[in-house]
Amino acid sequence: MTDDDRVFKALGDPTRRILLDRLFERDGRTLTELESGLEMTRFGVMKHLRVLEEAALVVTRRSGREKLHFLNPVPIRLIHDRWIDKYRERRVSALADLKTELEEEPA
Amino acid sequence: MKTTADTAVTTQVYRVYIKATPQAIWDAITDPAWNARFGYPGTSSYDLRPGGAFRAVATPEMVQAMQLPEELADGEVVEADPPRRLVQTWRFLFDPELAAEGFTRVTWEIEQDDGGISSLTLIHELENAPKTAAQVASVAHILQGGGGWAMVVSDLKSLLETGSPMFGKTEQG
Repeated sequence: MTDDDRVFKALGDPTRRILLDRLFERDGRTLTELESGLEMTRFGVMKHLRVLEEAALVVTRRSGREKLHFLNPVPIRLIHDRWIDKYRERRVSALADLKTELEEEPA
Repeated sequence: MKTTADTAVTTQVYRVYIKATPQAIWDAITDPAWNARFGYPGTSSYDLRPGGAFRAVATPEMVQAMQLPEELADGEVVEADPPRRLVQTWRFLFDPELAAEGFTRVTWEIEQDDGGISSLTLIHELENAPKTAAQVASVAHILQGGGGWAMVVSDLKSLLETGSPMFGKTEQG
């Protein structure tokens, strides 16, 4: 599996996206904080976090006795640069061309 | 009273996997000949011993184009263990409000992984530095005053893997 595959796979699950959103709101959380309010066993949340870690979307650091989870924005940045930017530019310029064409058309 | 959790919120962590040796990544970060080629248009110089100076200077073109002072950032080397670990302090100088927040702490960790891949993890401790935190988390383009760490380390990956950065220094955004 390539890095991109791992990121897309990790993002392709609603629970994992919720976990990322939680870290986006407040970074550096423990497993206990992350699992609160989720209708899922601790084991289930751990499994999802492992998939996110394998995709490097989450990076863990030890702080004293606690293991803290951090959102790593770099893989999304790389996906953005590789996939989103390219298509967005083409779409935007196509729309801009269309606008120019339509506006030039006599009424 | 500050708890561990409060402190953690002010820390930002960035990790990128790069097809390069730890030494190549170390050189790219610390050697001005390399670090001039990614991230901010400028060079960073390090005196790689505890207490040694760190200084990031903008290129003359950058100074002129963005009305910046020449000095972008300064700091001090806390720990240098080539090619694995570099701890330094970091203070932005290009904006008075950022400069007023004072020194923050940046740790670069480089680890060899499998198959010629290494990981670079950047940890920026940003306690009491909300403006600096916003600056380094920025997703705006480097040449539009953004250039957070995500972009800088992505650019470093691109430079080491393809020989050219994504946000080429000569390419004006």
